Amino acid sequence: MIGAILRRLLTMALTLLVISALVFLIIKLPPGDYLSNRIAELRAMGEAGSVAKAELLMRQYGLDRSVPEQYLMWLGLMPGPAGFSGLLQGDWGWSFEYDRPVAEVVGDALWLTLVVNLAALVFVHAVAIPAALYSATHRHSAGDALVTALGYVGLAVPGFLLALILLFYANRWFGLSIGGLYDAAYTGRPWDGDKLRSLLAHLVVPTLVIGLGGTAAMIRRMRANLLDELAKPYVVTARAKGMPPLRALLKYPFRMSLNPFVADIGNLLPHLVSGSVLVSLVLSLPTVGPLLLEALKSQDQFMAGFILMFVALLTLVGMLISDLVLVWLDPRIRMGKR
Amino acid sequence: MAYWSPGPAREDAVSPLLSIRDLQVDFRAEAEPFRALHGLSLDVERGRTLALVGESGSGKSVTAQAIMRILPRSAAITGGRITFAGARSGERPIEIAALPADGTAMRALRGRRMAMIFQEPMTCLSPLHTIGDQVGEALRLHTNAGRREADAQAREAFASVGFPDPERALHTYPFELSGGLRQRAMIAMALIMRPDLLVADEPTTALDVTTQAQILALLARLQDETGMAILLITHDLGVVANMAHDVAVLYRGRLVESGPREAVMRHPRHGYLQALIRAVPRFAMRPGERLTPIRPVDAVIPVRAPPPRPVGPILRVEGVMKSFALRSGRFGGALRRVRAVSDVSLAIEAGTTLGLVGESGSGKTTLSKLVMRALAPDAGRVLFDDGAGPADVHALAGAGLFAYRRAVQFVFQDPYASLDPRMTVRQILCEPMEIHGIGTAARRARAAELMAMVGLDPAMLSRYPHAFSGGQRQRIGIARALALEPRLLVLDEPVSALDVSVQAQVLNLLKDLQAALGLTYLIVSHNLAVIDYMADTIAVMCRGRIVEEASKAALFRDPAHPYARALLAAVPDPSLDHPLDFAAVSGDLSDPSAWPAPFRLGEGEAGTMHALEPDHWVRHGAPGMMRAA
Repeated sequence: MIGAILRRLLTMALTLLVISALVFLIIKLPPGDYLSNRIAELRAMGEAGSVAKAELLMRQYGLDRSVPEQYLMWLGLMPGPAGFSGLLQGDWGWSFEYDRPVAEVVGDALWLTLVVNLAALVFVHAVAIPAALYSATHRHSAGDALVTALGYVGLAVPGFLLALILLFYANRWFGLSIGGLYDAAYTGRPWDGDKLRSLLAHLVVPTLVIGLGGTAAMIRRMRANLLDELAKPYVVTARAKGMPPLRALLKYPFRMSLNPFVADIGNLLPHLVSGSVLVSLVLSLPTVGPLLLEALKSQDQFMAGFILMFVALLTLVGMLISDLVLVWLDPRIRMGKR
Repeated sequence: MAYWSPGPAREDAVSPLLSIRDLQVDFRAEAEPFRALHGLSLDVERGRTLALVGESGSGKSVTAQAIMRILPRSAAITGGRITFAGARSGERPIEIAALPADGTAMRALRGRRMAMIFQEPMTCLSPLHTIGDQVGEALRLHTNAGRREADAQAREAFASVGFPDPERALHTYPFELSGGLRQRAMIAMALIMRPDLLVADEPTTALDVTTQAQILALLARLQDETGMAILLITHDLGVVANMAHDVAVLYRGRLVESGPREAVMRHPRHGYLQALIRAVPRFAMRPGERLTPIRPVDAVIPVRAPPPRPVGPILRVEGVMKSFALRSGRFGGALRRVRAVSDVSLAIEAGTTLGLVGESGSGKTTLSKLVMRALAPDAGRVLFDDGAGPADVHALAGAGLFAYRRAVQFVFQDPYASLDPRMTVRQILCEPMEIHGIGTAARRARAAELMAMVGLDPAMLSRYPHAFSGGQRQRIGIARALALEPRLLVLDEPVSALDVSVQAQVLNLLKDLQAALGLTYLIVSHNLAVIDYMADTIAVMCRGRIVEEASKAALFRDPAHPYARALLAAVPDPSLDHPLDFAAVSGDLSDPSAWPAPFRLGEGEAGTMHALEPDHWVRHGAPGMMRAA
């Protein structure tokens, strides 16, 4: 078991290496980079002083070297102008656009992103599982039809549109301020009770908006899984034993229908970061999504590279977690038999 | 609410434990409601076994589900009474049909006073929970026993149903068990509350024949010990003859015959039961005697000039070996190699039938796949001779291989899974001819001819498989196999998925086709009566080896090998004059190291085939090994 996990960690490291090469290559594919574009722009405006500063930066970050060399320096496998200083050493690079270290720019946004999306995740499961249980056990009833209809509406309405509508009415009816994750007054202030309260109030709309599409999809899938399982003979066995229906439902078919969802954790984790870009833009949430979009547009290479690598890492960790949970949850996998 | 039946409580022991009167069950269906039971009346007496017999669709499972009140949601009891008198003194009879299906009163009966076991012990147990948990659960539900108490009782239950290690069984998952042990676990689960009534719905149909005999013996013993009544649902008249005290025969939702076993089985009055008894393959049939199918088919088989006969056997298997790698242990454990077929040699003369018998895991299906060239052997040769001299099947390539594919065809076990539901019967029958380049007009003519050959109306060619019954589908499968005018048919359990009432029909058809077309059959089955009816020569396989090979007459007259004897002894015969010897079926005879001398084989030992008489061979171990062991 421990050997297997170690093997998995090794393949994960190799996968990350391959991904890092791909990420860097793709970021570098368009001609130029942030600084050379900037220098050209400055030249055109005749600002020689600024050009000199930009050229200094270029040398400082090794952007004048070849692409493979830049890649190795970014990883920290080759000494750059400042010695070994790359991802492996924990140096995430410099954001040219913000003129600050990437760690500083991304730091706050990273955990706010996690907060928003975890809230959405909890919302999805808290709503979808009971709804799916109800709808599967009351198939073809009015309640099932209602849940299904609401689910389709949730699937069909684009998140950003819903965000706009909710923002308007939240502001009109409840006086919730528009956008952001906390009141503008708290920007830059340390986290205290008031700021937390403000965060909670602002979380409601994004949670609903981000979670709704996922809820609808999950109800549909969970309902289908449950219907498959409900027809299985072991459910009849449980009934024949005299088990109360709800208890039998939760112990047997529900437990069986969980596997696909556990297997899905690997996809959920990266989605936490990258899945809500549009909604974050519309609601002007200070999350990673808009930062990534901006960085890709302006070829802010270290910033974009770091965020993409972070998403990749989350994917791999998610896969590992889901495999471990599956092994723990399902004896058939644990014992390697069908 | 009429939870209690009217009238004073009866304490006399003469009232039946369970009595069903005028029971009517309807299914809601899209088109029109379907009545599954038309006023059924039955009594289950205390301490006795009532066998409920009928073909699929006769309503026997519906009866069981109605008694347990676990009918599917589309079905409902629409009339009649089910009265459970209970075996305890001072108890008032309970009117089951009037209780809410999932109410407290009904749930208190289910699993406590009446329990049920099912056909497929794998799918009836949850794969995610240990059998200790699932068996003890009934106890925890119906008493306020804690986990520890439930475990102790479950351990006892496992011991009483014959688990070798009851303590370990508590922590075992269903997929770690053999089919027989799974069914034993189901029985432990049903009996842990010591119910008055056990409803057993085809409890041994999915099991091997020796396992079946053991489970039947177990049920009989437990009935003696506990005095419970058993409602045994089965289509197997052999099981009925060996287990039942009383018999009730259902046909299309109606009771057609009932009474004590002796009376019903020896002197069946109703035409359906008489026909059923005549349609079942059994031992001690006269040579050349034909089964009489309940629904005969009119097959039109064109007589052709026989194909050139090879000088020697048409198929010869020489020293074939095949092993598989299995992954065992936890999370990427080491690979283990399992010998599925080791050193098997066989020969089939053209126009005859070789029967391959063995229990699941004996390697008979692997061997048939090696013959089909669906698998490649690790060692040994398969030689096929279509009249032009023997050729190594696994060395064939190009045109030779293409011709072999045409000459050897396969008939599958499951007629539901082996026909593509999206193709019409015409497409199904024409596909092999298309592959082998037969023109469109010829294909269409041949498809119509094939339908007639298996007794189906050519007008049904444009229908889809779902429009046909199981027996008809299997005949379509046979027609498909015949499309290319093959020389050899490999029949893998050709009737084991079929209802008993149509088995005779398909077996007779296969015999007629063989006689008219000069076909050679390799038939694989675990059903000895079917093999007896079909085969000329029989090879008995165990653990990948052939342990005995003989002509049909010699094998059934005088089986030599202990495994072959055990197999024969375990087959329940429909005749009341040959009861199973339950005491003799308790041991496990599939372990070569436990066979008595001179048959004992050590680990990895091959042994040698000894001739007892011409055409009767049996495998002996080496004398040296006998001393060592």
